[in-house]
Amino acid sequence: MVRLSSPQELGKYRDEILSKRNPDQSLITVCGGTGCHASGCHAVVDAFKKVLHEKASGNGIGLRVTGCHGFCERGPLVVIQPKKVFYQKVKPEDVPTIFQETVLNGKILEGLLYDHPVTGEKIISEEEVPFYQKQRRIIFGNNGNIDPTQIEDYLAVGGYQALAKALFSMKPEEIIREVKKANLRGRGGGGFPAGLKWEQCRNAPGNIKYVICNADEGDPGAYMDRSLLEGNPHSVLEGMIIGAFAIGSHEGYVYVRNEYPLAVENLGIAIRQAEEVGLLGKNILGSGFDFEVRVSRGGGAFVCGESTALMASIEGNVGEPRAKHIHTVISGLWDKPTNLNNVETWANVPVIINEGADWYGRIGTEGSKGTKIFSLVGKVNNTGLVEVPMGITLREIVYDIGGGIPDGKGFKAVQTGGPSGGCIPESMIDLPVDFDRLTEVGSMMGSGGMIVMDETTCMVDVAKYFMNFLKDESCGKCTSCREGTKRMHEILTEISEGRGKPEHIDLLEELGWVTMEASLCALGGTAPNPALSTIKYFRKEYEEHILNRRCPAKVCRALLHYRILSELCTACGRCAKVCPEKAITGIQKTKKEKGKPFEIDPVKCIQCGMCLETCKFDAVEVE
Amino acid sequence: MVSFKIDGQSVEGKEGANILEVALDAGIEIPHLCYNESVKPYGACRLCLVEVVKSGRSRMTTSCTYPVTEGIEVLTRTEKTLRARRMIIELILAMCPGDKLIQDMAREMGVHEVRFKKEDKDCILCGLCGRVCDEVVGAHAIQFAFRGDRKEMVPPFGEEAMNCIACGACVIVCPVDVIRMKEEGDERTILRWKRTLKMKQCKVCGNYFAPWFQLEKFKEQVKLSKDFFDVCYTCRT
Repeated sequence: MVRLSSPQELGKYRDEILSKRNPDQSLITVCGGTGCHASGCHAVVDAFKKVLHEKASGNGIGLRVTGCHGFCERGPLVVIQPKKVFYQKVKPEDVPTIFQETVLNGKILEGLLYDHPVTGEKIISEEEVPFYQKQRRIIFGNNGNIDPTQIEDYLAVGGYQALAKALFSMKPEEIIREVKKANLRGRGGGGFPAGLKWEQCRNAPGNIKYVICNADEGDPGAYMDRSLLEGNPHSVLEGMIIGAFAIGSHEGYVYVRNEYPLAVENLGIAIRQAEEVGLLGKNILGSGFDFEVRVSRGGGAFVCGESTALMASIEGNVGEPRAKHIHTVISGLWDKPTNLNNVETWANVPVIINEGADWYGRIGTEGSKGTKIFSLVGKVNNTGLVEVPMGITLREIVYDIGGGIPDGKGFKAVQTGGPSGGCIPESMIDLPVDFDRLTEVGSMMGSGGMIVMDETTCMVDVAKYFMNFLKDESCGKCTSCREGTKRMHEILTEISEGRGKPEHIDLLEELGWVTMEASLCALGGTAPNPALSTIKYFRKEYEEHILNRRCPAKVCRALLHYRILSELCTACGRCAKVCPEKAITGIQKTKKEKGKPFEIDPVKCIQCGMCLETCKFDAVEVE
Repeated sequence: MVSFKIDGQSVEGKEGANILEVALDAGIEIPHLCYNESVKPYGACRLCLVEVVKSGRSRMTTSCTYPVTEGIEVLTRTEKTLRARRMIIELILAMCPGDKLIQDMAREMGVHEVRFKKEDKDCILCGLCGRVCDEVVGAHAIQFAFRGDRKEMVPPFGEEAMNCIACGACVIVCPVDVIRMKEEGDERTILRWKRTLKMKQCKVCGNYFAPWFQLEKFKEQVKLSKDFFDVCYTCRT
């Protein structure tokens, strides 16, 4: 590998890479992101390797395993260049046909194309898929174009140009000014202006300063930071190096969850390659600026995503937050000035430097600029990662991008911001999504989780689920968070199991208030959101559970009553056979006898639902 | 020195001091459990909540972790702080209903009933024992394990605390008095940490006065003469 010692050499090297690449040459790209991994892209890649080895060795047809495209619902995804034919749900057995017909003969296989959900038309190229049309993929877009383990791929799409620009034609103060002007706000949850943080860290006294990339993405269902690190690790590194130069730091850490093995691996490869070519380490690009990055692997505690707990964990201490009256930009890691931003924030930096703050500022709303990547999951047709301009409405995300709710069911709520976010009801579906508006309605941006819920979701159950997560993940240091989340979970359990009391709602609100106001860190400070927001918007549902012992969504098992409708029961006896509690009795029909309709003994019934699942005649009713 | 006001009263504190220590020095009582002047503030119990008014904006925060700043106004008994403290003491009482100090504090704050299921823990997880052991004694014998409400102060692996020198600092500092020390013959035991050590006999009075292990450690730490601890504290003075 070459070693680049000036921006000119970087430019030359890039030209060299591009000159070796023929844009008209066939290239098979397979998405290797987390979602596609789960749906079996490995086997598809192996099948392509086999067929290439057998039939096309030496004729220049390339195979590239890329980062996540975002459309995880339809994985494994395959795009055939140069025509950019987009195939979805590809199975290994499709591979020989794809190779023969599309790669060699240029024919399109209709069966593997995506059908337009409304018109039913076959869609050939990825950009025309409605899922992508309202997205603005300035951060995530390159994921599908590059092999994350090849620095040449990143350089080919213009990688490290921003670094060269920052190092050689900008002063540190200018970089900070640009980031401030772009009003880049932290994508990890808090939304704190990144430029301001950089400036404070730069101005903090001390020679040793650290920059940290927070990749401890711990929200259930959220995986955008993971996908960025897996799919485009150099963009994150480039952002960090620029930030370090602006701040005056020579040492950085990426704190990444060990449960993200591919992210750890690809990041390690990226660091090694960047060091080899002289884009990281001593005397970067011959500028005289030194910067080293180390990877610190987290053990999977949610609280370690909190900046001070994360720093304690890097230091080798228990991951507990501390009070931040003295900010981490003054005294952070090992009591030195430390600037921490999350993966997505860092990945925004090269874009801002390349395109300029003015360009960047045209995307988004007044207070929230740029885009945000959300992981759209739950009861929605197109689950996956979506990158949208700030200010887009929830409706556009759920319906236009997400394709609406499956099975014709009704939309009920969307939970944003991870486990400690809030549930936003249908009446607010036209809410523009940005940092401030989400906070105003009792939820938050968080790191960008977005869980869609349909009418079969019970909001008490949802609150209980998240509170269970939070009580387990509270570090337990401060009383209000540890005991507050535990007691809120306890009360929610009581309500969902039919032991709710009318005073429980007030008690939940009081506990929520104290936990929020009195806790040491943002985990406790936001933990009550799931309970408080569901009480605020779905109080009737709580009251139904408490006063009438009913779960309107038919989720809370202890509140369900199973009954067999005698007029529909054919006395086949299947339900009685599967009932684990022997709670169902009747006389089974025989060839000679009609039998007698079956009945459920409510005392013995444990509401497991086996009878309902088994009955072929819809004779079991749940109330 | 930094001057500011607590409940309207002008006070002065050293640069770098926290509100709670300045308040206590000035005779202003703020309830607290996890604070002790011999160790760094920790901010765990949340009882010392106060409102701090700074440039016109008020926020609730723990007084033990807040460094004093010129001109701030601290309010220790606002409706908001009292309300939060009442819930916090109720939560602690529900966790440790048998602790006498907690019962008394709850009563003083006007909490007469517990609305949650009572548990039977005794430790309030203030962490003072572990912090004193780390920061003052330097023995690092005990540490918090687990998280959330499973959090527990324990010796490594819950077994005998092999680093413990049985000095008893944790016994003294525990606000709810649940770490017990037992002396029998030539042995001292810290029951909670399952640690028993042989004690040294005073050359003058013949009493067993402190564990060998502790005396050796102290001699080494403070570079005392070899025979310094041959005589017990009482006989030496």
